[in-house]
Amino acid sequence: MGALRSRPVAAASVAVIALAVAAALLAGVVSPRGPLEADTARRLEAPGATYLLGSDNLGRDVLSRALHGTRTALAVAVGGVVAGTVVGGAVGMVSAYVGGRLDLAVQRVVDVLLGFPLLALVVVVVVSLGVSAWSVAAAIALALAPQAARLARSSALRVRAAGHVSAAVALGASPMRVMLHHVLPHSIGPVLVYATGFVSTALATEAALSYLGLSAPPPTPSWGSMLQEGREFLEVAPWLTLVPATALGATAVAFALLGDALGERRR
Amino acid sequence: MTYGYLLRRLALVLPTALLASMLVFGFMRVLPGDVAATILSGGGETTHSPEVREALRQELGLDDPWPVQYLRWLRAMVDGSFGGDALVDGQSIRSQLARQLPVTGLLASYALALTLVVWLPLGVVAGWKRGRWPDHVARIAMLPGVAAPSFLLALLALLGLLLLLGWSPPVVYAGPLEDLWEHALIVAIPALLLSWEYGAHVLRVARVSVAETLAEPYVLTAVAKGLPARQVVLRHGLRNAMLPVLTALGVQFGTLLGGALILESIFGLPGVGRGLIEAALVRDFPVVQSLTTLLVVAVLLLNLAIDVAYGWLDPRVSFSESAAVST
Repeated sequence: MGALRSRPVAAASVAVIALAVAAALLAGVVSPRGPLEADTARRLEAPGATYLLGSDNLGRDVLSRALHGTRTALAVAVGGVVAGTVVGGAVGMVSAYVGGRLDLAVQRVVDVLLGFPLLALVVVVVVSLGVSAWSVAAAIALALAPQAARLARSSALRVRAAGHVSAAVALGASPMRVMLHHVLPHSIGPVLVYATGFVSTALATEAALSYLGLSAPPPTPSWGSMLQEGREFLEVAPWLTLVPATALGATAVAFALLGDALGERRR
Repeated sequence: MTYGYLLRRLALVLPTALLASMLVFGFMRVLPGDVAATILSGGGETTHSPEVREALRQELGLDDPWPVQYLRWLRAMVDGSFGGDALVDGQSIRSQLARQLPVTGLLASYALALTLVVWLPLGVVAGWKRGRWPDHVARIAMLPGVAAPSFLLALLALLGLLLLLGWSPPVVYAGPLEDLWEHALIVAIPALLLSWEYGAHVLRVARVSVAETLAEPYVLTAVAKGLPARQVVLRHGLRNAMLPVLTALGVQFGTLLGGALILESIFGLPGVGRGLIEAALVRDFPVVQSLTTLLVVAVLLLNLAIDVAYGWLDPRVSFSESAAVST
C-alpha cells in the first residue's frame, strides 16, 4: 500500500478498477432496477430522480444496464486475458525449456499469429465459433496467447541459464518440478505486466464487437451494445452514449495505466 | 543492398503467408454444425430438405477432403478471383474488392500521411527538446491515442460535433473524383482518429529513439566540431534514429487496419473493413476467409517493404539476417 501512496497514477487506476470490480460483483444488489425491466411509458427520459442516469428508448434504466454491462465487460475481457496468459505462458515456457524442433515450430506459428491484425483475428474466431460472448473471450485469449508465449519464452530462457536452475537439475528434480518451482516464479513477471495492460485492449475489443453485433445478443446488457443503441439518439438522448462511454473509457484507461506503472516498477 | 537480401526476405514471407492462409482456412472449417445448414437457415429458410442441403454441399465442394478444398481455394486466391463468390448475394469477391479496396486504401493513406507529416515530426521535436515544453505537448497529445479505444473517440467526436455545432458527417460515401468536398467531409474524422491511434505509437518510439541517438558519442563529435544544432539533428541524428521508427510503422500497421475495420463500420465507409464485418454478421465464410487472408498479406508486404527500406537506411543490414531486430 505504501508503494501506491507515492504513485498517484497507479493508485487512481487501482481505485477505478476496484470500483469496476465492485460494480460487476454487486450489480444485482445496487442496481435500482432490473437491467431488462422496460417501462414503455417513460422512454428516453433525461437523468433525474426516477432514472438517475436516464432511461433508454425502451424505457430501461441506463444506470442498471451500465452496472450489469460492467459484469459482461469484465467477465469477457478478464476471462479471455487469463485464458490467453495461461495458455500462451505455458506454451512459451515449455517451448523454451524443451527447445529444439518443438521450439522452432512453436515460434513459427507464434510469428504467423502475431502477423494477424488483432480485430481480423477476433472476427475470424467469432465467425468460426458462432456469435456469443464465449467466442469473443476465446478470440481475446487467442490474440493474447502468441504475445504471452513470446514473452514467457524469452524470460524463461533467461531464467533457465541461472545457477539455481542448474542446481535443481543437478539435484535430480524432475523437469516438471524445475519448471513449476524454479523457472515459473522468476519468469512470470513480464507476462503478468503485459497481460494487465492487455485487459485494456480486451475491453475495447469486447465493446467494439458488441457494438457491431458480433458478441452477446441484444437483450444482454453490455457497454458496446448500449453505445450502439445510443447512436441513433445522439442528439435527443446523449446520456445513452455518455454513460457507457465513460464506463468503458475509465476502465480501459485504468488497466492501460496500471500495466504501464507495473512495467516501470520492474525496470 | 543486394538482391540476395531481398530474395531471402521474400522467401521468408511466402511460407508465413501460406501458414496464415492455412490457419484461416482451418478456422473456417471448425464452424460448429453443418455449414450448408447454417447457410440455409441464415437465408431465412428454417426448414429445408436433406436433398437441398446435399445439393448445396455439392455445389460448395464441402464433401471433398479438406486438403482438396484448401488447394482449390488457394488456387482461386492467386488466379485473380480472390477465392470465388460471396455466399449471400453470389457476387464475385473480386468485384467486391474492386469497390472496397480504394476506400480502405485511401483511408489508410490519409492516416499514414497525417502520421508522417504531424506525429512523426512532433515525436522528433519531443525527443530533441526532451523535458521541455514541446515534449510535454507531445506527451499530452498522444495520451488519448494510446489509451482510449478509437471507436470510443469516434462516438464522442460525433456527439461533440452534433451538440456543439449541430453538424454530423454525411452518411453516403462519395469518392474523391465524384465529389471531393463530400469525400473530405466523410473521411476527415475517421482519418484523424486512425492517425491518432497509429501516430501516437509512432510518436512514442520516435521520441525515445531521437533522444537516445542524440546522446551517442558520434553526435557529440559533430557538436564538438562546431556544427549548428539543427544540422547535427537533421543530418547526423535523424537517419539513425529513424530505424526503430520504421519498425514501429510496420508493427503498428495491423493496428491501423484493425482500426479501419471498425471506423469504416461506424462512419458508413464502404471499405474492406465494413465488408468483412458485414460478411461476419451473416457468416459468409468465403468472404471472411479471403478478406482476412488478404489483410494478413497486406501486413506482411508492408513489413517486407520496411525491411527493404532498412537496408537502404542502414547498409550494414544487408549482411546480417536479423533485419527486424532493434530496440
